[in-house]
Amino acid sequence: MTDQLFPESGMNMIRVLERIGVEVQYDPRQTCCGQPAFNTGYHEESLVLAERFLDIFDGDGSDRIVAPSGSCTTMVKVFYGDLLTLSPPYREKAERVRARIHEFTSFLVDVLEHEDVGAAFEGRVTLHDSCHALRELHIKEQPRRLLRHVRGLELVEMQAAEVCCGFGGTFAVKYADVSASMAEEKIESIEETGADFVTGVDSSCLMQIDGMLRRRGSAARCVHIADILGGSAA
Amino acid sequence: MTRKTPIQPEFLDALLRERIHDESLRGNIRRATQTSLNKRRAVVSDYEDWETLRQLAHDVKSHVMDHLPVYMARFAQRAREAGAVVHYASTAEEASRIVCDLAEETGEPLVVKSKSMTTEEIELTPALERRGLRTVETDLGEYIVQLAKEPPSHITAPALHKSRGEIGALFAEKLGIPYTDDPQELTDIARKILREDFLEAGVGISGVNFAVAETGTICVVENEGNARLSMSLPKRHIAVMGMEKLLPDYSSLALFLNLLGRSATGQRLTCYTSLITGPRRGKECDGPDDLHIVILDNGRSRMLQDDRLREALYCIRCGACMNVCPVYQKVGGHGYGSVYSGPIGSVITPVFRGEERSKKLPYASSLCGACAEICPVKIDIHHHLLDWRRRIVSHGHVPLRERIAMRLFLLLARHTTLFDFAGRLGRVFSPLLRGKDGGLQVPVWSRTRRFPALPQQSFKQMWREKNGRS
Repeated sequence: MTDQLFPESGMNMIRVLERIGVEVQYDPRQTCCGQPAFNTGYHEESLVLAERFLDIFDGDGSDRIVAPSGSCTTMVKVFYGDLLTLSPPYREKAERVRARIHEFTSFLVDVLEHEDVGAAFEGRVTLHDSCHALRELHIKEQPRRLLRHVRGLELVEMQAAEVCCGFGGTFAVKYADVSASMAEEKIESIEETGADFVTGVDSSCLMQIDGMLRRRGSAARCVHIADILGGSAA
Repeated sequence: MTRKTPIQPEFLDALLRERIHDESLRGNIRRATQTSLNKRRAVVSDYEDWETLRQLAHDVKSHVMDHLPVYMARFAQRAREAGAVVHYASTAEEASRIVCDLAEETGEPLVVKSKSMTTEEIELTPALERRGLRTVETDLGEYIVQLAKEPPSHITAPALHKSRGEIGALFAEKLGIPYTDDPQELTDIARKILREDFLEAGVGISGVNFAVAETGTICVVENEGNARLSMSLPKRHIAVMGMEKLLPDYSSLALFLNLLGRSATGQRLTCYTSLITGPRRGKECDGPDDLHIVILDNGRSRMLQDDRLREALYCIRCGACMNVCPVYQKVGGHGYGSVYSGPIGSVITPVFRGEERSKKLPYASSLCGACAEICPVKIDIHHHLLDWRRRIVSHGHVPLRERIAMRLFLLLARHTTLFDFAGRLGRVFSPLLRGKDGGLQVPVWSRTRRFPALPQQSFKQMWREKNGRS
């Protein structure tokens, strides 16, 4: 997702991390954690990708793994547990990796206890709670705390912040009409706030919401939280 | 009054598209579900330790399922001691046959029914009518959908999809009365008609919300008094219950009554809570001459044997997962084409109706998890949907093109060079596939939403540039 569709968000995440003194490394062998296959029921396929992921990240010399996505983090932290019951030799690797992997905002707030990353961003911003981040990883306050420290940014809450945007992986195409209809309801809630921007911790939800905002001719735009935090105040 | 509208075989795309654009239907569903959710929120806050209660209820159910044969035997024994006749049915057909036989042998032509999803599950009403027994639904919502010849669209609010205007028009058409959309007037009309039926009926059929093993008692909750009348006026009362309804004792019943009313309709307690132990005794002035309890398996034993799926047996049929589900809110209960709709319906229907015939249901969810979050007995509903998807794929109940697409995705994702190459190809050719909105034209997706245009470079390329490598 980040590699092929939203590379700028990945770069901004790195910008933020380096700004606060984190040394970042990136293994170019990585591709996908396997979630699209897992969520659609293809365990065999996702198992191959999970093992590949673990081979790359286990013992790669880094202290922590950071992902600009609550969804990919959930796959590794939560669902690899389900998946790897199929493959005993990888169980230990999975245990080690899941303890080291963090969603970006949770890494900043929970691990580094860093809420002011020296960012500036002009505009009224509302936050969408991504389902995986919210309900599987219990990430709710972390992105808000970070946003409250951004210069020039006004955070406004929408009514239905916790309601699903309708993306849901392959659901978005299997039941495209239902999915789109859910996105419509989401943007109604967004428009009520008068926000200029919608942010969140997952590019996939934001792609869904932004796609509907543009199709409906709404003025609001989606930006990944890394893109907001990446804007330097200096 | 047989329901003629055929129940759709599965989550149908065409039907759905129609429903999705039915603004009035969506409005009705949205209003009704939001009202329930708001009321629920208000009464759940009675308890600071609501989460503890949920966990406790989960643990009680888990305990019951671990010892189900014991509790079942105890319940049956105590119920018999109280004078009830207990029957076991291993399939829906068997249960339906038992109930029909029991109703028929009274020689009475009229049956009154109170709301029961289990009787929907065994398709009881059409079966009774095939035997020539007139069968009347006495719950107002059920009465409405029976008049409309539709199945219920929600487990606790069967006519939730209808506005009062639609109900007024239906009453005018079917009952030949002047049109009114005043809820009180409509209720009064139904009540007047139903009173006659209650007095005349020889058989009353109910479901069971909870069955208390220690006393052989069945518990039925409702708001209209129609269930109590159905169970006490006719000379024979037949109660149909799924075997998962068992609770050990009265103290666990108290816990579950607290959870059920609040979760279902936002009530601290429903208006009527009937506890029935055996039929009328000796000099008692009301109650049926005999009470028959039909305990239904219909796949539940199989669920019990599955370490993960058994959790779905904890369900107390409150319908909160439907109210909160954004997919249910869009399509309504009929969109699922199964007796039990919504998130939990998609978990249990494959058991009751077979996996092949239910293969689309587990996919009818964005897996947002709002269902599991609200479930009063903490069933991990959306993870069960994931489990079903795995079973469906491993049993080959998926289209070939999807299999091929997944294989292709795997091929790319497991080889970095192929993955990067495919990305490059995409970036080179994507300008040719650009739509009027400037985004990439993606089949299906782009019909309703813009898809972003592909960036000039991948993250990997940017990273390499930044770090001075090619």
